[in-house]
Amino acid sequence: MRCRHALFAAAALAAILSSPASAHRQWLLPSTTSLSGTSEWVTVDAAVSNDLFYADHVPMSPEQVKVWAPDGIESKIENAATGRYRSTFDVKIDKPGTWAIGTERNGVMGTFKLNGETWRVGGRGRPATAPGAGAPGGANMQRPQGAAPTAAPARPQGSGPIRMVANVEDIPAGATDINLTEVLAKNMVFVTADAPTMTVLEPTGKGLEFQPLTHPASLVSDEPARFRFLVDGKPAAGVNVTVVPGGKKFREAEEAQELKTDADGVVTVQWPVPGVYWLNASAEDAKASTPRADKRRMGFTTTLEVVAP
Amino acid sequence: MNSKLLPSIPLLVAGTFAAPAAAATVSVTIPKINVAEYHRPYVVGWLEPAAGGQARTVFVWYDVKKGGGEPGTKWLSDLRTWWRKGGRSLKLPADGVSGATRAPGTYQIPLPANLPAGQYVLKVEAARETGGRELVSVPITVPKASGSATGKTELGAVTVR
Repeated sequence: MRCRHALFAAAALAAILSSPASAHRQWLLPSTTSLSGTSEWVTVDAAVSNDLFYADHVPMSPEQVKVWAPDGIESKIENAATGRYRSTFDVKIDKPGTWAIGTERNGVMGTFKLNGETWRVGGRGRPATAPGAGAPGGANMQRPQGAAPTAAPARPQGSGPIRMVANVEDIPAGATDINLTEVLAKNMVFVTADAPTMTVLEPTGKGLEFQPLTHPASLVSDEPARFRFLVDGKPAAGVNVTVVPGGKKFREAEEAQELKTDADGVVTVQWPVPGVYWLNASAEDAKASTPRADKRRMGFTTTLEVVAP
Repeated sequence: MNSKLLPSIPLLVAGTFAAPAAAATVSVTIPKINVAEYHRPYVVGWLEPAAGGQARTVFVWYDVKKGGGEPGTKWLSDLRTWWRKGGRSLKLPADGVSGATRAPGTYQIPLPANLPAGQYVLKVEAARETGGRELVSVPITVPKASGSATGKTELGAVTVR
């Protein structure tokens, strides 16, 4: 089980890191984002795939998912199950207002050299061979138990050229060419029972944050939406924002919009059609808080329901 | 004499606001729809100031009596435009506003008597279980409100006079 989760986590992080054009996208798809009353549930699908919201690659692990009620108090997911392509879980929406459901991941990724060989740090990538062939489920992705490499260790049996340590602390003293990036990634969806509230959307002042000027529960296809993005609590200009409508297989093209925030950190999104949209924002800077990391990469992902007028 | 009359003018003006508005009535037609599974629609009517501002719900017909795990209020959000424009902030049932669903037919509903003069849009939205949803807009001017529009599927004529 741990190996499988490591694999999901790796895929999820890889999805965050990869460029918007190429990539496996991590998504959460709630059954609805708007509810009347507080006796309802939402059921959420969670997966990583190229096309939205077509589960055909790997599931997200429900273990990573957290829930915040409208009062900011942490709640829980229920009935979690992991399928071949997507996981699913339920959330009881028993308080009025806006809920946040999703994942927050902080990690470090990068490379270093040891005795002329390149090692990776963090969970990016997959074992060079398929899980199950040779080393079970990517044994080289597990954190070596107190055994940081001191000399070039033997390659894990049956696996390819990827050498990896899980954490920065595992980088041995003799390492050179250390190149580390701190990764902060959030994937949150917002579900609103009755009138919308803002508590779960209050910025914390850390990393890349979503500050909707148009509430996610108030999106309609004939009105542009305005969203502000903050980095460390301040409006962030030049943040790349990708907006993709779901259901590519029913169109000719993906019809993704590649946008950038303006000087006030605001992006204005037009909705070509009503539907469910995937939004991803990403930014990079040099303000890493992890020791030895010199870059910081930040991502924010959400799924938005845009109704017809 | 004059000095006695003057203070009463504002009261008179206030009175003229209310009187014609009280006379305005909207009639809403729920069409008969021939389908195997018919459920009476949820229907809501509200007023929006034409220049923007808070919506004011005039009536909302839903399954008021249904309680339990799936109360009748569960499907109010299917009236999606009204829901977004303020339905979701309304405490229901509300006196003089909420009522039971209606069978096909034409119904008269008085518009609020205390509407300040101005331009409004009266909106009527209907959503039917296993059926469709429709929104009809009638621009009106208060006082002397009058206007009409007709839906194509879930609503018939909506007439203010």
